Amino acid sequence: MNATGAWQVIWSARGGRAGAIVLALLLLVAALGPPVLPNPRAMPDLGRVSLQPPGPGHWLGTDRDNRDVLSRVVNGARVSLAVAAGAVALSVTLGTLVGMLAGYAGGWVDTLLMRLVDAALAVPRLFLLLIMVAIMERIPLGVLILVLGATGWFGTSRLVRAEVLRLRQLDFVHAAEALGASRRRIAVAHLLPNVAGPLAAATTLAVGDVILLEAGLSYLGLGVQPPMPSWGGMILEAQPYLITAPWTSLAPGLAIVITVLAVNLVGEALHQAFAPVRA
Amino acid sequence: MTALLEVAQLRVSFPSPRGPVWPVDGVSFTLERGETLALVGESGSGKTLTGLSLLRLLPAGGVIDPASRLLLSGQDLLALGPEPLRQVRGRRIAMIFQDPMSSLNPVLTVGDQIRETILAHLPVPKMEARSRAEALLAEVGIPEPRERYRSYPHQLSGGMRQRVMIAIALAAEPEILIADEPTSALDVTVQAQILELLDRLRAARGMAVLLVTHDLGIVAGRADRTLVMYAGQIVEEAGTAELFARPAHPYTRGLFASIPRLTGARRRIEPIPGMVPPPGEWPAGCRFRNRCPSVMDQCATEPPVKAPGPGRACRCWL
Repeated sequence: MNATGAWQVIWSARGGRAGAIVLALLLLVAALGPPVLPNPRAMPDLGRVSLQPPGPGHWLGTDRDNRDVLSRVVNGARVSLAVAAGAVALSVTLGTLVGMLAGYAGGWVDTLLMRLVDAALAVPRLFLLLIMVAIMERIPLGVLILVLGATGWFGTSRLVRAEVLRLRQLDFVHAAEALGASRRRIAVAHLLPNVAGPLAAATTLAVGDVILLEAGLSYLGLGVQPPMPSWGGMILEAQPYLITAPWTSLAPGLAIVITVLAVNLVGEALHQAFAPVRA
Repeated sequence: MTALLEVAQLRVSFPSPRGPVWPVDGVSFTLERGETLALVGESGSGKTLTGLSLLRLLPAGGVIDPASRLLLSGQDLLALGPEPLRQVRGRRIAMIFQDPMSSLNPVLTVGDQIRETILAHLPVPKMEARSRAEALLAEVGIPEPRERYRSYPHQLSGGMRQRVMIAIALAAEPEILIADEPTSALDVTVQAQILELLDRLRAARGMAVLLVTHDLGIVAGRADRTLVMYAGQIVEEAGTAELFARPAHPYTRGLFASIPRLTGARRRIEPIPGMVPPPGEWPAGCRFRNRCPSVMDQCATEPPVKAPGPGRACRCWL
């Protein structure tokens, strides 16, 4: 399964195609959005009354500080997507390393690593995050990514380990051993590419999880710190105006829903494609 | 002159709830340069494990008894550390497996899989490894080797895949090729082609071939000598023509009697009753006695190895 193959898999499933289009649009907006927006840095529109309803000038209205909601949602997309991408990249790398090591080395290495993972999985991830985040007073974005990534690899390592245990029983791994391939070569050239499929599916689904987690943390005031916009933080700030100015919370809320839905559609398409045993 | 490969008293154990069992129990033979030696037996006779033992590639739990001797040109294979052992695998002794559908990596092109074995063993630059891989594809009879280099295994037929597997096995120019049921998963029409290819390559490269099979039909006219294996032991050894003309062991005779024939006088097929019992449930004395048509009282004690002719051996009281 190479890159083109994976792309065909996503594109041929109806949900996967819809998710991919939405995700591409989101990335495009996040990448291009702020420079072309009317108010790129979402500075307060001073001199006018705050909490303006959607209309010309402010398509999604303004918030309590009279900042343009659309601009903040787009800027928030940058932050949220960057946090998600960074954290997932970290957790997938860690999970793959640990999973490969446990699955291929076996023995006490496997036992030790997997018991540690069991212990980590026994603690709900949000509590783990709350503890780690609560220790620090102000959390820089980099640390938030690190913390989210460092708590997200447990499931991935189990998935990779299970795949490696299955693969190493297959004939082509035995054949590679019989022909004198080194252990490192077998791990990198024979096991890893065959793990890539299920891993891609799990990774995509993890992006959705992390976006939700980051939003949740920011909503609790522990994630991305104001004035940097994040979707969760925006909903927190909009809470008092839920009834009087619903656009302030609806816009970031919908952004979260749409993003997570799109990511999950793509992940689900990948998952479906890799679920049956490949010939 | 020492033999290319000398196997003496090879024993392999596996743990079981009732203590260790020995599915390979005292196998001895030699393999000379350039010859084809057939190792024949039913499923469960230990022939595949014997082949795997030569590369020290046993399934989990399997242990080669340290008293066994495996000598490759006089070099003790059992004394090798991991890295020297890796250098023997593929470079001096290579192996091809029964099912070409599963023994190729589905995510790598066939060319890359050949090149990988070249680069693992030979000090050649990457570009040259590629041209060598293409030459190997041509040598094993694959048309348009340049185009096929970029094919994935699923784009090839079973016969083509087995040719690719052979090309991979030959990539580092081994002295010994172990072919474990190389044609059992293929169509009958393709079987003959693959066997002829193996024969041609053996002759061209002066390579020794250990042909592991359950099929006496593919042994005839191909192997120089044949070992018949039953329940972890070699029960008969003979030149292939001799063995076919005058099988000595009742088990060998039983194998011949169970092959249907298209020519000659009509006769009844006589299958050997029962199956090879699993290791650990082998009878004391002759292990074949429960299925043997000519069983006698003394079969309950270990039978001697007799020599019914020059270069022959037979483990039987008869």
